[in-house]
Amino acid sequence: MCQEGDRQHETDIVSVDVHQRILAGNDATARHNREHFRKAAVLAVNIMGSPGAGKTAMLEATARALGATRRIGALAGDLETDRDAERLRGAGIAARSINTGSACHLDARMVHHGLHELTWQGCDYLFIENVGNLVCPAVYDLGQAFNVVTLAVTEGEDKPLKYPVMFQRADLVLLTKVDLLPYLDVNVDVIARALARVMPAPVMIPMSAKTGEGIHRWVRWLERKKAEVDAFSQRYSVAGSTGRSEAGAVAGD
Amino acid sequence: VHEYSIVQALVEQVETAAAARGASAVHRVRVSIGALAGIDPELLRTAYDLFRVRTICERAPLDITEVPARWVCRLCGGPIAATATLTCAACGGPGRLAAGDEILLDQVELEVA
Repeated sequence: MCQEGDRQHETDIVSVDVHQRILAGNDATARHNREHFRKAAVLAVNIMGSPGAGKTAMLEATARALGATRRIGALAGDLETDRDAERLRGAGIAARSINTGSACHLDARMVHHGLHELTWQGCDYLFIENVGNLVCPAVYDLGQAFNVVTLAVTEGEDKPLKYPVMFQRADLVLLTKVDLLPYLDVNVDVIARALARVMPAPVMIPMSAKTGEGIHRWVRWLERKKAEVDAFSQRYSVAGSTGRSEAGAVAGD
Repeated sequence: VHEYSIVQALVEQVETAAAARGASAVHRVRVSIGALAGIDPELLRTAYDLFRVRTICERAPLDITEVPARWVCRLCGGPIAATATLTCAACGGPGRLAAGDEILLDQVELEVA
């Protein structure tokens, strides 16, 4: 693997192949978080989007729609202040802030620290509200089961084309603030076409936290994913008690 | 700009590789960055040049290989041309990114006694 380089004085220059992901450290912490979520049968969803896209309002509306049937936890990433977490607590969500200081994104370590400050194990859902930003958060795995990107109709039709990495990694796009459509020159079909160019299996739910439009479709999406996680966790815990590997448990079913 | 946090992780990885071989200095660092990795190569270079001062990478130029995005079908494995949609023309399956999301430390050139 190492090849001899040119000799300089009494030292050698050697080339060493590393071939490792630069974010291997973050990936390891993310796997650790994911393991926690899986064992506790918590559906962890990473919510990303621009500042002001309506992430917090969407979560407030989600809590209203789920009502008392589901327990919801949230970690809210913000550069400063506890405002988002305060709003989420007001909506009945067990929420904590993660203040990132100058960091423009959450990473797996920040989420892990946040988990120690929140009683999340009894929750059905854990929403990780990322820092408002359409670039940096997409790069870091947090241990989430799914990525959801909020895109407000006021952001224009071409956002998916301008920020392809963010939308490529989305499992679902929530098109927010659709109650404003009558006042805007924005065509939802154009947004859907832009998404199809960058998202391999595009799924978009138009919604409004204000009128409640689309919220039930989003909640159905969540409940479907939650059922999948529950089924998997059940198999996993059975497999764990008999010492079978995770892969074996999946393949065995 | 998350490029600084990437550089920090990169320099730590180079330090680990250098320490494992008892290297006294690093002469070159080679990385691969995919077109859809979410990393701007020029910003990465700027961040590296600022950050490497007084680290083991101080005298090590950064070589960046940019990897283009390549999509294949998740179902049949055939190639997908990124056009109006990222679905397979042959079977209609959704695309999977086969290359282009790399953020890799490929190789380091180390000075060893």
